[in-house]
Amino acid sequence: MRNAFISEILKIAAVDAGIWLITGDLGYGVLEPFAKQFPERFLNAGVAEQNMTGIAAGLALDGRTVLTYSIANFPTFRCLEQIRNDICYHNGNVKIISVGAGVAYGLHGYTHFGIEDLAVMRCLPNMKILSPADPAEARRAAHLATSEKGPVYVRIGKNGEPALHKSDTDFGFGSSLELHPFTFGGVAILATGSIAFHASKATEILKTAGVDAACFSLPSLLPFDESLLRRLADEARLIVTVEEHGAIGGLGSMVAERLCRHRSRCPLLPLALPSSIALVGNQEFLLSQFGLDCDGIAKRVIEELHSL
Amino acid sequence: MKKVRDSLQFARAVRRNVLRMIAQAKASHIGSCLSTVDILAVLYSDCLRYDPSQPRLPERDRFLLSKGHAAAALYATLAEAGFISSESLLTYGQNASQFYGHATHTSCPGIEISSGSLGHGLPVGIGIALGAMREKRNFRTFVMLSDGECDEGSNWEGFLFAPHHKLENLTVIIDYNKIQSFGRTDEVLSLEPFAEKLRAFDWAVRELDGHDHSALREAFAQLPFQSGKPSAIIAHTVKGKGVSFMENDLLWHYRNPSPEQLQQALNELAEGEDDAKRVH
Repeated sequence: MRNAFISEILKIAAVDAGIWLITGDLGYGVLEPFAKQFPERFLNAGVAEQNMTGIAAGLALDGRTVLTYSIANFPTFRCLEQIRNDICYHNGNVKIISVGAGVAYGLHGYTHFGIEDLAVMRCLPNMKILSPADPAEARRAAHLATSEKGPVYVRIGKNGEPALHKSDTDFGFGSSLELHPFTFGGVAILATGSIAFHASKATEILKTAGVDAACFSLPSLLPFDESLLRRLADEARLIVTVEEHGAIGGLGSMVAERLCRHRSRCPLLPLALPSSIALVGNQEFLLSQFGLDCDGIAKRVIEELHSL
Repeated sequence: MKKVRDSLQFARAVRRNVLRMIAQAKASHIGSCLSTVDILAVLYSDCLRYDPSQPRLPERDRFLLSKGHAAAALYATLAEAGFISSESLLTYGQNASQFYGHATHTSCPGIEISSGSLGHGLPVGIGIALGAMREKRNFRTFVMLSDGECDEGSNWEGFLFAPHHKLENLTVIIDYNKIQSFGRTDEVLSLEPFAEKLRAFDWAVRELDGHDHSALREAFAQLPFQSGKPSAIIAHTVKGKGVSFMENDLLWHYRNPSPEQLQQALNELAEGEDDAKRVH
């Protein structure tokens, strides 16, 4: 997914001379084509994310579109106040590209897990959030992020994510993608990021088991697809959220906040990672351990339906 | 570009306004403001290229006040420089005032960035300078830091970065008034040997008396101090400079003057005094 995203950025940068890319010394094997093609608009700031983020804010003040790039917590938590003050407060035109969403760097351990980022990024002023699920969504996210003036947090995976879409997608800010169609009274599964693949497979398992289930990918979390949720709040039997993020502050919280505000009686099953993960293993292993692979998701939905 | 008044008159007017603003607002940081005033006065009188009628002019020099708690001094400076009226300054400290307690980009024309949390201005200034250098634009970027602010690690990331990228269009001015929030800098967290540290990081460094207008003017005229290097000016200053009972006293990081103290301070800075004696 990260290669798809960066390849698209390369194409965009070829026609938009205002695009800059700054890395915090990561992206080996990914960023070299950009560095080679646009050396005057590429910068390796070194392992110094606070400075990297401040520099991005400074470059953006003079009208440029600046991307910062690093893994999970490094371009977000390590420089959080620079994002808050220097970028968001000034509505700076900076795109924070965080790779390795969730537990994509599973074998690296907790320091490399991006599992609280949505909770924090979404409370910052002027921030928009894109969370693509596959290479096609990542390519679209590259266009959306760079065409929007102001801060955008782009949460992307790593490599080897299966394709969720057969062809290009054309979602916009505040819209979602229907993977399995929804019908009145059915279960609606909402997923964001590469885990949408598991959510989609789980939907197929549920349908085979006779459950009326629908599935949506939500690559735009901020702004949120409010009209979809309003409809589901009125019409769904159960809403399920699936995310590769901790249970606090991410997709499940975003949906819960809206259901309350709509005074909806629709039950919600938020499926997410625990806030503390003292376990290493590859992404598939970790997701299955926490019941977030397709079988685990389907099983928990069926259990929830029995308890309604 | 507008030619402003003599820098000594400029500084005296800024000091008087700062005192009135902070006294009226019952705000803090009066000492931190007063130590910056001579530097600001010389910058805006004799160094920076700007046009208050076109505050967003692309080729203007950029001045970033990273020590955002000296906001009152910056607002008063911008008034003297013609960006805003002096009368508007007196809303400082009132509810819903346009002037925030820390420098804020929405307050008035002439403010490049919001600051207040320390250690932010240098990286942003580096971004501005780097962009200008890569695009061969001629404007210069100046960042003013406080001494206590140099405790922040983000500055040292910037101190490492700027010489590596040969940012000769970047100047850092450190208002070294030797007192930070909770005590004397050399007791809280010593920066010494400060100039040697910056030279070891490959900055072109000059130390001077930050209240000596001639020394400031001469230093600014010689920028960059060395081609291919960013310049650092370590300005030795006195916290509370210009008001006898505020000078070099931590108390005036926080305290605001009583009406009597304000009058006494204004008397010390009265028009018609011998500026050369007073400010030097």
